[in-house]
Amino acid sequence: MGEEVKLFRTWSSPFALRIVWALKIKGIEYETVFEDLSNKSPLLLQYNPVHKKVPILVHNGRPIAESLVILEYIDETWKQGPLLPKDPYERAMARFWAKFGDDKVLTSIWSVFIKQGKEQEEALVATMENLKFLEEEMKGKKFFGGERIGYVDLALGCLANLISIFEEIVGLKIVDEEKLPLFYSWMQNFAEAPIIRDNWPPRDKMIVKFQALLDAAIASSSSS
Amino acid sequence: MQDRPQIEEGMEKESEVVLFGKWSSGYCTRIELALKLKGIPYEYVEEDLSTKSHSLIHRNPVHKKVPVLLHNGKAIAESLVILEYIDEHWNHAPKLLPDDPYERAKVRFWPNFCDQKFQPCAHNIMITKGEEQEKAIENFWQVLKVFEEEGLERDFRTKSPFLNGDTLGYLDIVVGSIACNFEAFNEAVAEVLNLQQNHAFYSWVTALKDCSLMKEMLGYLTQ
Repeated sequence: MGEEVKLFRTWSSPFALRIVWALKIKGIEYETVFEDLSNKSPLLLQYNPVHKKVPILVHNGRPIAESLVILEYIDETWKQGPLLPKDPYERAMARFWAKFGDDKVLTSIWSVFIKQGKEQEEALVATMENLKFLEEEMKGKKFFGGERIGYVDLALGCLANLISIFEEIVGLKIVDEEKLPLFYSWMQNFAEAPIIRDNWPPRDKMIVKFQALLDAAIASSSSS
Repeated sequence: MQDRPQIEEGMEKESEVVLFGKWSSGYCTRIELALKLKGIPYEYVEEDLSTKSHSLIHRNPVHKKVPVLLHNGKAIAESLVILEYIDEHWNHAPKLLPDDPYERAKVRFWPNFCDQKFQPCAHNIMITKGEEQEKAIENFWQVLKVFEEEGLERDFRTKSPFLNGDTLGYLDIVVGSIACNFEAFNEAVAEVLNLQQNHAFYSWVTALKDCSLMKEMLGYLTQ
């Protein structure tokens, strides 16, 4: 019996990338459906009526939404190359750090990118505090998952690419190798890992996209 | 306020389960519901968040918030993370989450919706009056419609009377107390629910309110 796995995504969504990585790490065959979020397909609206967003994983016709929920589904359904540890306490720690990544780290780094002046300075301070916790977590480890890439690495992974893109666009250092040596190394190790390296979205397209977002944000804040 | 065994700082033993909480926090209620449901004995430490105890900051240095569960000397924070830990470590019945991965994915989808949509709705209805409150209630109706159609009537249509079947589960615990609040609003604050239109929601909340564990934890509802 064949398994049918489809991934609804956009070319740049960092949340969808988590799923691409997980499927490739586990060697799962799947079909990609690219969505244009300005013109959402009827299937997208049918599969994720609540949020109308990507990524959506459709497995044998059954849709799953929310990227961290999808990661857990993938890990529970396909047992090879486990993403989460076995021990309940270790699993709790992994889920905690992934949530911390989404709720705090990504938010503060986004603010550093999109805000100006005092708000940007405050966001930089918050980012440093947040990243220091992750620095502490990296002690004695190559990846957050240990020797191998795991759930937390996939959850935080987009940072390994986005941070340097943001730094280039706004001309600010967000991750200083001297202040955050372990986190800095993790970013290099993760970005260069075979499956990860081959699946980054094109950097030039990313620069154009995020520059446009920043220009729009500046325009709307100066006209209000 | 319930009677709970109180312990002093520094007295926590390695093998005990200790919950750091605040009586008014819905996030802490979630954990107590889960522990009681599973029959797990625990010690409770009430935190005054204006003067955070040395213990709390030590146990949850990242967020400095409650709830924090301490088990075998190890601390776990974030209510949803704690709930899954409880279900995985004490994996006897009643199970908080279903066994099937797809059913689990359906359950795990909804807490963010609850926290991002239901919670603000509840807050806005409570703090506004007149026209502003009418708008807040309209907003709530739209959110409720989504929860009823995609949650109660689609994802959990085979589960009754609770979202987990015949025992309370993860999602009943996470969304349940907020849901009961809306029913209380109906009587005390403003008409936010319609029995005919919101039949599915009413059935579920009625089952929650009839459940002895919910009555015990959400004591104010029976007043």
